Amino acid sequence: MAEKVIYAMYDDDDVLKDGAKLLVAKGVKISDVFSPFPIHGIDPIIGIKNTRLGIVAFLFGITGLLLATYGMRFFMITDWPMNIGGKPNETYMDNMLAFIPVTFEFTVFCAAHGMAITYLLRNKTLPGMPALNPDPRTTDDKFVIELKLSENIQFSEEELNSMLKETGIIEIDQKEIN
Amino acid sequence: MHKEAAIREPLILGHKSYHDITVDVCKPIEDKAPRMWYILFGIALIIGLYGVGCIAYLLGTGIGVWGLNKTIGWAWDITNFVWWVGIGHAGTLISAVLLLFRQKWRMAINRSAEAMTIFAVFMAGMFPLIHMGRLWLGYWVLPLPNQFGSLWVNFNSPLLWDVFAISTYLSVSLVFWYIGLIPDFATIRDRAKTAVSKKMYSILSFGWSGRAKHWNRFELISLVLAGIATPLVFSVHSIVSFDFATSVIPGWHTTIFPPYFVCGAVFSGFAMVQTLMLVMRKAMRLEAYIHVRHVEYMNIVIMVTGSIVGVAYLTELFVSWYSGVEYEQYAFINRATGPYWWAYASMMTCNVISPQLMWFRKLRRSLIFTFIISIVVNIGMWFERYVIIVTSLHRDYLPSSWTMHFPSHIDIGVYIGTIGLFFVFFLLFARYFPVLALNEVKTILKSSGESYKNAPSHGHDDHGHSHENLNTNNQ
Repeated sequence: MAEKVIYAMYDDDDVLKDGAKLLVAKGVKISDVFSPFPIHGIDPIIGIKNTRLGIVAFLFGITGLLLATYGMRFFMITDWPMNIGGKPNETYMDNMLAFIPVTFEFTVFCAAHGMAITYLLRNKTLPGMPALNPDPRTTDDKFVIELKLSENIQFSEEELNSMLKETGIIEIDQKEIN
Repeated sequence: MHKEAAIREPLILGHKSYHDITVDVCKPIEDKAPRMWYILFGIALIIGLYGVGCIAYLLGTGIGVWGLNKTIGWAWDITNFVWWVGIGHAGTLISAVLLLFRQKWRMAINRSAEAMTIFAVFMAGMFPLIHMGRLWLGYWVLPLPNQFGSLWVNFNSPLLWDVFAISTYLSVSLVFWYIGLIPDFATIRDRAKTAVSKKMYSILSFGWSGRAKHWNRFELISLVLAGIATPLVFSVHSIVSFDFATSVIPGWHTTIFPPYFVCGAVFSGFAMVQTLMLVMRKAMRLEAYIHVRHVEYMNIVIMVTGSIVGVAYLTELFVSWYSGVEYEQYAFINRATGPYWWAYASMMTCNVISPQLMWFRKLRRSLIFTFIISIVVNIGMWFERYVIIVTSLHRDYLPSSWTMHFPSHIDIGVYIGTIGLFFVFFLLFARYFPVLALNEVKTILKSSGESYKNAPSHGHDDHGHSHENLNTNNQ
């Protein structure tokens, strides 16, 4: 279903932030902000929750830790206990100190890659995905606020436009997106 | 926003706007490559291909083509391996450790330092692989089910720990680097003029759009990756040092090795960053972003780590005497006064004395001096590994086994070849990739850019950029 959206463009991150504060105070719902770099402090203003990717990394890290522990116990203790200079290899604990480096490396390996893959999937940024920024300049030096008309039914189009124009925008555009 | 003292030197010189940063970084990619690039690329490629030829000959004939003998079973191969891994330590240190410490000067250099790291680790990884002789059996280092009565790899061996450490380090650095590259590729994509480059950069940029939620995730993933890459950096060279430290060879069997190797790695890595960065800033006209202040910061790191390495050398000498072990004592006397005294002397001069010159502000802010020292340090660090490896081995327990090591031309060819290949990769990177972290540099423009810092007032007083505010903070 096609949806009407308004794109308001700014040429400064601080102006955009002040503008967003003003709009939100008036009850306008801002659906997204496009910027060439992270605007610090914009997330709470437009109601974006903090990401939970940190938890994902922790879970992947724990998985790696357990896999490495289980794997080395199987390879070195259960399946084929190697006799190296007669050193004790009866139990995992006997031999554990030698397993710490690989356990650490594998934990980091799983945490980093698991997190990175989750990040790319959640962002839907993968090779060959289409770019969805409204204007090519938003990856250079312009900042855009996106308003969806369907999310702001209490205001008319003209009201939204005039409110945006008070916030120091440099351009305004209206599009229909799917 | 973070405020910075007015007396602190700005990190971005000149009156740059966000758009200027984009243009400055994208221009070398969009313009035709200068003739110098083709010349350098040609030279690097020829040297690299010569190295590939030497490797092909080595694989076809056998490890015997190296200058190894019965007593010295490890020489240039592992020296080069440790040297390259050491160089590969600066990139992730700059981007991860300095990110955790919120050092803003890292932003101008982290991208290319990380690229350097990745290419250096490629070169390092090649040496253990070709040392296997049968390269195609390289996958035997992985714990795979097999037909030899399920004989697993030995997880008690530091050589196997190295396999895990180096591969984790390489792949995590690659991910860290690429996550940061995605938004910058998007910038190049949106500026691209030709259809081919548009297509290429849109594939590389993964469809990045710069949404607020994506940036939120981006910031967190950078922080968490930095957090887990930091212990990784330290673990990798510690594990490399275990290759020696867990053996019983006098001169290797030393508990000081892990911290000593890590500092040496950071030392040589920063030196290589200086070598590359000083040329790159000039060739790509990035003087406004990478300037004397950045060079000075890196020189301070070189000075500190160089001093730690110097202390480690002296500690090693003292402990060998204090241990009372005859073999240990002889190993060190032989290093300093034996037939390899010249290698030991070069190591001491290059690594201990030369970084001490950085105490002088004038010298550490001199670009030419820095360039010379950076090369001297890299030569010194190569000798350090050569001294540790060859001088500890060449006089065995039995005097009848005493030998010297003479590198063959294949030894030299493979080593020089990796330097060529390294520059092939780095030049390609400088040509097609954004060498500066665009999006990160833009975030510090308002707090550390010259025009914003020194402007008396520029319209956003409520954000605390005005001079008056800064002065009050200083008092």
